[in-house]
Amino acid sequence: MKAGMAPLLSIVGLKTSFHTLDGTITAVNGVDFDVYPGETLGLVGESGCGKSVTALSVLRLLNPSMTTIHGQVNFDGKNLLSLDPEEMRMIRGGTISMIFQEPMTSLNPILTVGEQISESLRLHEKLGRKKAWEKAIQMLEIVQIPSPELRVGEYPHKLSGGMRQRVMIAMALSCNPRLIFADEPTTALDVTIQAQIIRLLEHLKKGSNTSIVLITHDLGVVAQMASRVVVMYAGRVVEEAPVVELFHDARHPYTKGLLKSVPVLGGDKKTRLNEIPGIVPNLLHMPKGCSFHPRCSMTMDICKKESPSMIHFNKNRRVACWLATDDF
Amino acid sequence: MNDIDINTKNNDSDSVGDIDSSSSRGWAKLKRNKAALVGGIFLLIYIVCAFGAPVLFWGNPSAPDLINSLSPPCAKYLLGTDELGRSILGRILYGSRVSLMIAVGVVGVGLLFGVPVGLISGYFGGKTDFIIQRFTDMLLAFPGFLLALALVAILGVGLKNTVISIGISMIPIYIRLVRGCVLTVREEVYVEAARASGTKDRHIILRHILPNVLAPIIVQTSLGMGTAILFAAGLGFLGIGVQPPTPEWGSMLGSARAYMMGKPHVATFPGIAIFLAVLSFNLLGDGLRDAFDPRSKI
Repeated sequence: MKAGMAPLLSIVGLKTSFHTLDGTITAVNGVDFDVYPGETLGLVGESGCGKSVTALSVLRLLNPSMTTIHGQVNFDGKNLLSLDPEEMRMIRGGTISMIFQEPMTSLNPILTVGEQISESLRLHEKLGRKKAWEKAIQMLEIVQIPSPELRVGEYPHKLSGGMRQRVMIAMALSCNPRLIFADEPTTALDVTIQAQIIRLLEHLKKGSNTSIVLITHDLGVVAQMASRVVVMYAGRVVEEAPVVELFHDARHPYTKGLLKSVPVLGGDKKTRLNEIPGIVPNLLHMPKGCSFHPRCSMTMDICKKESPSMIHFNKNRRVACWLATDDF
Repeated sequence: MNDIDINTKNNDSDSVGDIDSSSSRGWAKLKRNKAALVGGIFLLIYIVCAFGAPVLFWGNPSAPDLINSLSPPCAKYLLGTDELGRSILGRILYGSRVSLMIAVGVVGVGLLFGVPVGLISGYFGGKTDFIIQRFTDMLLAFPGFLLALALVAILGVGLKNTVISIGISMIPIYIRLVRGCVLTVREEVYVEAARASGTKDRHIILRHILPNVLAPIIVQTSLGMGTAILFAAGLGFLGIGVQPPTPEWGSMLGSARAYMMGKPHVATFPGIAIFLAVLSFNLLGDGLRDAFDPRSKI
């Protein structure tokens, strides 16, 4: 976080609930965080902790007839949640864009790569057909796809997973967005391609002032790319810290557990990999008190009764844990 | 930067080049399907008859020749004559124009209203979908032919009204089909990605969803043409379809009913014409379905 700089995106008390036949599920429950211009923020947590729903809520991509969103999403002085649908549509893909997890399914199989990239260019930049096509070729070049003039006319099935993710990145970058939500951009790719995509994203970021919210459960990716990390558990923020501090001095037992469960390449073969016991609680039947207490190795009596409030150590550091008041 | 380039060339340029797109694989499968091929050939003959009727049959198919009435097949009248001495061959050839017109018109009405309504119903969901689906339920509660019959009773007889009536009875089938397909495609990540990049709903529906639900629509169109011909013949047979003297297969059958025992050829040939036309559309439709069904891997 840069001192004195106003945040580009400021999420305050975001609460997203889904109305299902079994009852109302609150997937995101009072999430707050800021994203500053030019920074990469890691949003970390297990599957089902509400990371992706947070991103989809910000972009208002959830079906409004089945969800309710409360709170504030301030972007560039405007609350995105109170914009009318048409204004919101122009923000999507223009100033805020998104990279999805599944490069194999996130491109339309019957449109060429060029058609898909030029679609948002024509919409947001008001480019003509020919200009948009030329810009699409340029974008493919920027994301380092070999022979872009040929690839631009090809259908997605002719491209490998890594290439498709590059195309998705090209689409997300095409209108010079100020903020990109990258929802597990490397999860579906194999390790060598993952490294390439991360290096590509880092390289592209250097040349622009775009902020990235990197949604992932891969702490390795976070360590490499993010400057600040927000850890989520069961729909809430449990810890926030600058990346180096998080890796050296995690304060929440959940974050500690996550860090311990990262396998070490070439580590001691005889020791078992650490795991966090149990599974993420069912959002319909959330445990009383701290939602992590049934899985926590340091549970106290109070954890079972009351949910801990957020303790701010300084502007960059906060933890929601009863233990955090002690110097542990 | 440099090492990214090197990696790109080494690992990431592995395009899966020669895997063909699903639609061209579908066509290849279709060509291998013998039944569909036969259906296609019949259909071709049928279309040639319809367009080439004036060339294939010189003369007026409605001109009576009372001296030769109810004549069995002979050199002058290859398929014999009907009760007014009109050439059955000529009437079948000209009748193919009428039935093709009906088939195309009916499916046109079905597509024109059913596809957009189905797209809207499936894409937007919610109350819009609920209202449209209850309306569809209402139309589907009637057997198709009965609905067409009731509509003819309201609109009156004639070619145009036959097309409109049968067309309306087909609309709910298209609505249901398209809506069902849209519900699946709507959840695809590429549709969400299109929404995430600010694409307009209209654009998403026309460019991202419609092309991906075309295959089942094509199949239904082919099968629907067969049904339309059959329905039109049914209405004609009952005397409330296309009116004489316009040569129409169903009304030919209707008037031949009286001579069924003594002069069976009068009813047989139009019957065979209806049978082959419907068969050709059904065989082709089945073939198309097998070819484009993602579950069939042959």
